[in-house]
Amino acid sequence: MRRSLLLALLVAANLHAAEVRVLAAASLTDVLQDIAKQYQKSAYDQIVFSFGASNLLARQIEAGAPADLFLSADERSMSRVKTIAKVNMLTNSLVVVVPADGHTMKTSRDLLKMKTIALAEPSSVPAGIYAREWLESQKLWTAIAPRVVPTDNVRSALAAVAAGNADAAIVYKTDAMVSKKVRVTYRATNGPRIVYPFALLKDAKQPQAARRFLNYLKGPSARAIFVRHGFDVLP
Amino acid sequence: MSSPDLQILGLTLRTAALATLLIVPPGLAVAWLLARKRWRGKSLVETFVALPLVMPPVATGLILLELFGRRGPIGSWLPFDVVFTWRAVVLAMMVMSFPLLVRAARVAFEEVDPRLERIAQTLGARDARVFFTITLPLAMRGILSGVLLAFARAIGEFGATILVAGNIPGRTMTLSLAIYNLVQLGRDADAFRLLGIAVVIAFLAVWTTEAFLRRRA
Repeated sequence: MRRSLLLALLVAANLHAAEVRVLAAASLTDVLQDIAKQYQKSAYDQIVFSFGASNLLARQIEAGAPADLFLSADERSMSRVKTIAKVNMLTNSLVVVVPADGHTMKTSRDLLKMKTIALAEPSSVPAGIYAREWLESQKLWTAIAPRVVPTDNVRSALAAVAAGNADAAIVYKTDAMVSKKVRVTYRATNGPRIVYPFALLKDAKQPQAARRFLNYLKGPSARAIFVRHGFDVLP
Repeated sequence: MSSPDLQILGLTLRTAALATLLIVPPGLAVAWLLARKRWRGKSLVETFVALPLVMPPVATGLILLELFGRRGPIGSWLPFDVVFTWRAVVLAMMVMSFPLLVRAARVAFEEVDPRLERIAQTLGARDARVFFTITLPLAMRGILSGVLLAFARAIGEFGATILVAGNIPGRTMTLSLAIYNLVQLGRDADAFRLLGIAVVIAFLAVWTTEAFLRRRA
């Protein structure tokens, strides 16, 4: 009797599998889908993603969009929303990508050879802000700014180069690994420190289920997938 | 209005004016052919011309991006870049406004009494002369209202533009794109100022169009 009650409870829990809404930086698109696929082999919860520029997602959360977890590409976006548990999860770095047949760069100054350079919007989108900070540190920003094609998020900058419509883009090294139509021609080794904070949101509708997935993201199997996609996982 | 506002407004009006100017000759030709002649494939052309009016603008933008991209079937033949330049802004505006102009002009041509044209012909006027001295002047008000509508549509163009032209401050950022950008940046107050400008332009365009049509009635 007790056992069948337990069974019934399990079934009920299964029927009420929670839907965890995750708003995540565009640069996390592929890696998170891989992780969620893995996660859902063992968990009942449904993970529903919405990817975009972190600043835009932060704005949506501020405006009351339903969300349980926010996985941001910078602290600036994260600091705009109310969180319960927050952890700095990943780091990343910037690279310059060009079309497969594009210019090759030896130094950062070679960027001046490019006519159009796609960047995520450099005053609001994390990848764009990081890129601008790097170019400013290289004393190149004023020369590059007029050639910039600002895009909605880092993946649209990548797409502009993949289609051959921009001569170069500054993206995360993990983005460059996604497309076969671009090649990395320069690595910004001295770029700004890029940290991805992950957080459980104060207004989460499914805090327990969200916490379960957040813990899974911190765990060893997710770590392995992050590393395979080129991210550095913070201890 | 601040100076970036003026720059955005200037770019928008210039590109919209150029786009409208460029579609007037082919637009009138197509409208006249649709109104006055019977030919094979007419209904096909009719439908094709109306497509941008009913398709999602962003889908039209994607088609233009594929065609006019640096590696696209048209873009790769052109000696200059289209995508991410002001030319792309004009191109998107032209495609999106063309159906409005053709529709208005076609109705205007159809409303011209064909008997007047035939009388002119019996008096010895050739086709071109009939068109420029009888048909065009009589259809002028309808055509002008179509031109204004096309111009207003061009000013408001967003979906196709953002795909083919990007949203580059000072180069391809038109009024609609600037409003979108400002909202994304969270600068709602600035967005509202541009919105005010957009409302004034739209009001003037519709009001002038109505005035043209009223005078005819």
